[in-house]
Amino acid sequence: MALSGMRGLSVFISDIRNCQNKEQERLRVDKELGNIRTRFKNEKGLTPYEKKKYVWKMLYIYMLGYDVDFGHMEAVSLISAPKYPEKQVGYIVTSSLLNENHDFLRLAINTVRNDIIGRNETFQCLALTLVGNIGGREFAESLAPDVQKLLISSSCRPLVRKKAALCLLRLYRKNPDVVNVDGWSDRMAQLLDERDLGVLTSSMSLLVALVANNHEAYWSCLPKCVKALERLARNQDIPQEYTYYGIPSPWLQVKTMRALQYFPTIEDPNTRRSLFEVLQRILMGTDVVKNVNKNNASHAVLFEALALVMHLDAEKEMMSQCVALLGKFIAVREPNIRYLGLENMTRMLMVTDVQDIIKRHQAQIITSLKDPDISIRRRALDLLYGMCDVSNAKDIVEELLQYLSTADFAMREELSLKAAILAEKFAPDLSWYVDVILQLIDKAGDFVSDDIWFRVVQFVTNNEDLQPYAAVKAREYLDKPAIHETMVKVSAYILGEYSHLLARRPGCSPKEIFSIIHEKLPTVSTSTIPILLSTYAKILMHTQPSDPELQNQIWAIFRKYESCIDAEIQQRAVEYFALSSKGAALMDIMAEMPKFPERQSALIKKAEDTEADTAEQSALKLRAQQQTSNALVVTDQRPANGTPPVSELRLVKVPSMSNVDHSSADHGVTQENGTLTVVDPQPPEPSADLLSDLLGPLAIEGPPGSAVQSERNLVPGTEGVPNAEDALAIAPVGEQTNTVQPIGNIAERFQALGLKDSGVLYEDPYIQIGIKAEWRAHQGRLVLFLGNKNTSPLVSVQAVILPPSHLKMELSLVPDTIPPRAQVQCPLEVINLRPSRDVAVLDFSYQFGTHVNVKLRLPAVLNKFLQPVSVSAEEFFPQWRSLSGPPLKLQEVVRGVRPMSLAEMANLFNSFRLIVCPGLDPNANNLVASTTFYSESTRAMLCLIRIETDPADRTQLRMTVASGEPTLTFELKEFIKEQLVSIPTVSRGPAPPPPPPPPPTSAPAALSDPGAMLAGLLH
Amino acid sequence: IHFVLLISRQGKVRLTKWYSPYSQKERTKVIRELSGLILTRGPKLCNFVEWSGLKVVYKRYASLYFCMCINQDDNELEVLEIIHHFVEILDRYFGSVCELDLIFNFHKAYYILDELLIAGELQESSKKTVARLIAAQDSLVEAAKEQASSISNMIAQATK
Repeated sequence: MALSGMRGLSVFISDIRNCQNKEQERLRVDKELGNIRTRFKNEKGLTPYEKKKYVWKMLYIYMLGYDVDFGHMEAVSLISAPKYPEKQVGYIVTSSLLNENHDFLRLAINTVRNDIIGRNETFQCLALTLVGNIGGREFAESLAPDVQKLLISSSCRPLVRKKAALCLLRLYRKNPDVVNVDGWSDRMAQLLDERDLGVLTSSMSLLVALVANNHEAYWSCLPKCVKALERLARNQDIPQEYTYYGIPSPWLQVKTMRALQYFPTIEDPNTRRSLFEVLQRILMGTDVVKNVNKNNASHAVLFEALALVMHLDAEKEMMSQCVALLGKFIAVREPNIRYLGLENMTRMLMVTDVQDIIKRHQAQIITSLKDPDISIRRRALDLLYGMCDVSNAKDIVEELLQYLSTADFAMREELSLKAAILAEKFAPDLSWYVDVILQLIDKAGDFVSDDIWFRVVQFVTNNEDLQPYAAVKAREYLDKPAIHETMVKVSAYILGEYSHLLARRPGCSPKEIFSIIHEKLPTVSTSTIPILLSTYAKILMHTQPSDPELQNQIWAIFRKYESCIDAEIQQRAVEYFALSSKGAALMDIMAEMPKFPERQSALIKKAEDTEADTAEQSALKLRAQQQTSNALVVTDQRPANGTPPVSELRLVKVPSMSNVDHSSADHGVTQENGTLTVVDPQPPEPSADLLSDLLGPLAIEGPPGSAVQSERNLVPGTEGVPNAEDALAIAPVGEQTNTVQPIGNIAERFQALGLKDSGVLYEDPYIQIGIKAEWRAHQGRLVLFLGNKNTSPLVSVQAVILPPSHLKMELSLVPDTIPPRAQVQCPLEVINLRPSRDVAVLDFSYQFGTHVNVKLRLPAVLNKFLQPVSVSAEEFFPQWRSLSGPPLKLQEVVRGVRPMSLAEMANLFNSFRLIVCPGLDPNANNLVASTTFYSESTRAMLCLIRIETDPADRTQLRMTVASGEPTLTFELKEFIKEQLVSIPTVSRGPAPPPPPPPPPTSAPAALSDPGAMLAGLLH
Repeated sequence: IHFVLLISRQGKVRLTKWYSPYSQKERTKVIRELSGLILTRGPKLCNFVEWSGLKVVYKRYASLYFCMCINQDDNELEVLEIIHHFVEILDRYFGSVCELDLIFNFHKAYYILDELLIAGELQESSKKTVARLIAAQDSLVEAAKEQASSISNMIAQATK
């Protein structure tokens, strides 16, 4: 059929079709492009017919996939041709060749506008079509009013108006401001009275876009939509040409129901009733028929009706009908219907009381996981993921694991991510969780992202009970002949930390562990070697008494890598070698990793991120926001109305001091030990990303809690009683009844509060305790801020102060109940009776589903009763001399001091209000400080301190402390010693524990094992 | 609908129409990816393919695959029937359409598609109306042609 009427074009197409291969085709195309280019160059000789022909050829070449980088101008210029045939070609080729961002389009705006406002109907249609298909923001701004006029004009024919409606829709999408809501909503309602179904269809699409952004303005359209739907569903007054396989325009029905889903509810009882009648009719009256197209069309309507029913929260009966229908669909042979059944069942999970019915279909859904069609498998996976809860997690996750070995590559990553998340969320016990993850790595190592194994390491580190089990498992996997590199990483890491727990088992001596790990070394990549080196160092450290043979083996390895080209490996090798030669120091640096702060799983965030956003906000998403969802989507929403009430507690900043401290510590090491380099606080390049997850919360400043909180409890409108299980998805179900995991490290928080006067003392998913203190001489006033983070009250709140003998403390009344989201302030008066390092303890408990009791040290510590005082040489020396010898003046050589420069030490002293007096001591390696101590017994008492350091060995120093009171001298000396030996770090805390252990420079912090310290202080 | 693609079984593109802005590079990439994805699918599978956060609804007619790309939560069956609706209109216009018709008269296919969809949304669900409008366009072009030839005839005669 030679409709084209352009011989040149037909000949060219035939030529292309006759090309034997791609090369020939390219030659022919190049020749043609050259030809067109020359012809366009001397445009004058071109007839309109030729111009048209060449422009079509260009489009054809473009469609074949060749770059056509010229001639756009010619296509655009045809738009302004006076005659229809040229204009038509200009419009259509332009809208196919260019996209909305193309510069040439701007040139055409005026011509297009003239065509739109002109009186030639056919030109109007062409112009509206172009703008509707590729109009951008600029078009929106200059053309919207004209297009609106055409749409509501009574003199325009339907063919123009329906195009105007969709054109306006496009412009609105590009710039929502072009539709003035106030003026337009009435017009929009009028448009819905339209008799012409073409115009009505287009207008309905426009309405969908409008209400998706703002339903408020369009309430008046709602009854009209219901009317239109009724008219269609009952087939009243529908012209024959608008029925499709006997169904009155299924598209318009779908669109209308889509529009209705953007209204949160239907208040008018009559409208609601008639709508439900229609929906009922659709639900019940849709039968499966032979004709594919009829079937598709009627089911398109049916699925949209289902979505609308779900949205409207119909009566239970109707919901069950829907679930029953979906249950039927997921079992049919027809793949489209099965696919949609699974998809809609996943959406159905949003509706609260149908989950149990959906669970009945679990077996059927699992069958679909093995369907030959990947689209269907994906839906099944999504549904299983969504319907998983504590009751069926084991079955589902095991099913997923089993499927993993046979799943196609395209799905494995998603599959393993989902399995990992489910295992984490619903683990009946943590050892099962560890099993699942290790199996995942074993079966699909390539698809297990680093986040997944980091997460398992976090869990093992944070749960002591789990450590021996994980170590045993890791050891077992190492016996397998060929294991994935990720498995090598996890096993090596876990065994490095915890293999000593297995020491008595066969095959688990340090030597054996070492050699089985070391066997893997030749097979791994450079990113894994650092982990292995750390593991060796840890094994060495745990080998007590030391084994010279093992030591030599490991040292040989370190020495071998000392000259490695990879900086990270080289550095570790050098450092570990140097450290392990030092003996005792190794113990501190290589100590077990402290616990990680609890935080939201990065996996869940990742899963959320992968859900790509689409331009128009979908009804489904809106719905998810409007309602509380029981589905597993953990949202990160903040309450819409600003910050949550407890937020003031979180405003507290960690003092910048800690920063100074950090960097200075690094310098100290450098100076002290030439072999050690200052380690960049950033993890090394290749692992930077990978580590950021684990390191994240430790590295940031500010109370870790804010990054960690279970956001869920802050989401407004959550059900009355937040479910304890929800908030604690990571804790094993069995233990939830008696443990609540604190957020952040309690010991660190206490340390921080030693240096500053306000901050967070304690936080868990339900409560946050903040503190603010003022100190004057021997008196202090602390205010405890008890903030309830929930939407329901905390009851049986009790706070008891256990003061040490030297402090008199009085706590004002603490209310028994803290109302939802409220914060209670409880002042606490403190009087210091005499010098002592003992610490007061707050015994705090509350009831929230479970009874929670914590004992917290209060930061009413010795240095709070110090007042800085600066003394001159004239004041200092007489005093110093008069306090001669014990017990008023005590001297001690302190060893194992954290290496630091004098300047850093001075900073440290100043931060404790021991003011360093420069210039008093002639020896530059010494340091002299003074302060005033206040207590009831001593009154104000001057204290003098002198530190003599040894530049050759910064780990030891001699300290002399003098004051007018023996106890004070002793207590102060001990206090300073504690500070010099351990570091009162805040943000750094105990060494940040990345899977590869931290660089040694920051490691001495590990000495302050929070658990041990707490035990010591609480005695 | 983000875009419409017609691909032959050999992976040759017969028609492309982009309603969302894709650069030339992206267009080529999309076509390559989707051909790989869709042409390899077996005959008894469903008509939907999930692809980079979107969904492609496709249907095969003889040697041609008609593909339309939509958002994840759009109504898939509705779009599937838009495809069929388009095919029926083509069929009516060409009189039992075949791939060859669409190759040599690809521009007609563009005209028809523009009467069916604008901005990626269905504008007309009546086959009759679309057919009438296309016929009207054709006659406009014909009329212009006749007019042109008659004028050139006149000029030719006058200058004889």
